[in-house]
Amino acid sequence: MAEFVMPSLGADMAAGTLGKWLVAVGDRVAHGDIIAEVETDKGTIEVEVFNSGVVEALLVEEGEKVPVGTPLAEIGQAGTAAESVPVSVPAAESASVPVSVSVPASVSAGIMTLGGGADLDGPMATPAVRRRAHELDVPLQGLSGTGEHGRITREDVEQAAVAEVQPPSGDRVRISPYARQLARQRQIDFTDVRGTGPEGAITARDLEGAPAKASAESPKERMQRAIAAAMTRANDEIPHYYVEHAIDMGTALEWLREKNQTLSVNERLVSGVLLVRSVARALCKHPQLNATWQGQEVIRGDGFHVGLAVSLRGGGLVAPALRDTDQGSLSELMARMTDLVTRARAGALRSSEMTSATITLTSLGERGVESVTPIIFPPQVAIVGFGAILTRPWVVDDQIVARPVVRVTLGADHRVSNGHQGARFLGTLDRLLQEPGKL
Amino acid sequence: MKRDEIRETLIACLSDVAPEIAEEEVEDDVDIRDELDLDSMDILRWVQGIHKALGVEIPEEDYGKMTSLGDAIDYVAGRI
Repeated sequence: MAEFVMPSLGADMAAGTLGKWLVAVGDRVAHGDIIAEVETDKGTIEVEVFNSGVVEALLVEEGEKVPVGTPLAEIGQAGTAAESVPVSVPAAESASVPVSVSVPASVSAGIMTLGGGADLDGPMATPAVRRRAHELDVPLQGLSGTGEHGRITREDVEQAAVAEVQPPSGDRVRISPYARQLARQRQIDFTDVRGTGPEGAITARDLEGAPAKASAESPKERMQRAIAAAMTRANDEIPHYYVEHAIDMGTALEWLREKNQTLSVNERLVSGVLLVRSVARALCKHPQLNATWQGQEVIRGDGFHVGLAVSLRGGGLVAPALRDTDQGSLSELMARMTDLVTRARAGALRSSEMTSATITLTSLGERGVESVTPIIFPPQVAIVGFGAILTRPWVVDDQIVARPVVRVTLGADHRVSNGHQGARFLGTLDRLLQEPGKL
Repeated sequence: MKRDEIRETLIACLSDVAPEIAEEEVEDDVDIRDELDLDSMDILRWVQGIHKALGVEIPEEDYGKMTSLGDAIDYVAGRI
């Protein structure tokens, strides 16, 4: 059996709210299936499972906010002994991909026994129910279970936890501690909420649709707070260095213009796809920039997954990963890039896209900015910033000519690479863009 | 096709690309890139939508003739 845990969808994420389950107990799931939606400070993210099997238990209710790493569901492998347990590791803490961990059979058996609810020294309850009892400060000893064979259920715990509280109005209402905690987290005014729990107590479900207090933070404010946390951490922890290079884009743009004339309108490429591909190919030659910094260790990327900084109209910024950008045709890359950007702006990103980038690319050229000095998105170790492609005087064969030129800036982590290496990366990038037909 | 109908179609295509933009924001003289915050990928998707809806193929070198909605309406009206 494996646990599906609340993933870390960014270096700054400490907790997430389980917004919606897309599977039910008994459903079969396969590696890569989207099984839940998680609400984070950066929006709603579709979360994939990295185990195949059968959903045996959903441990967290919709609307519940839990810390990163909290088990959300149990995925069983029907008919097999759990000798090798696939475990999804939060990306920001690991190598950004799920790994398979071998666990001794005895340990696996122990996990399965606990999961079945047996506890030789105490009342019968699953780990999830015990955890909930601990959260709500409800002692299991002496509690009557209504589940199978007298097992204590989640409902038993939550009903036992119902307590009286004094609302601001002075009237006495009954509300479960969990609902009260939820109301506090979401800044919900529960004064006028009608309870449907035991003796009219307000439950978490009753809070759905209840109005938020006037001071509640908007999603965009939450996103900005998350960005602020990540960038502050980057500035505090990462010794940045910067190198800048000007690239003649004349050949690349002419190639693109001719290429687009041969393509139908639905197949046209934008210059951004050349930038993404050239960054990926340059990283193949300079892989030290394609990595993450985990603790005191550099973890090389398992592919060239370029995070695209996508601004959201009206405010906000996300940088989902476009995976394996060194592979496939430019047309395929263009299609994937369009899909990713469209979903980013529609708030329909997947968890793997939020965690797997091994470098970030940001381009502010469309806004006329000449150059960008970007901040690394931790735990990555480099970021590439493109300015506008502007017509500039350029020396060709000792003659000054007008050429379209872009300024590209590499920001990198000095713990992992140095300016010499960074400069060589930019030189490679330049050479690649002079031969766009090979991209 | 009347100008109002073209306008309606172009705004519908724009809404597909950027649903967060309120239709009332899209006045004929508004700069699509600067004021509506569209980038080159958005413009391409808009052009693709116009092609699908009206059958008008807009070559890349003509994107610059569509800086505002009004310009785009004029351009498309001349090619239907």
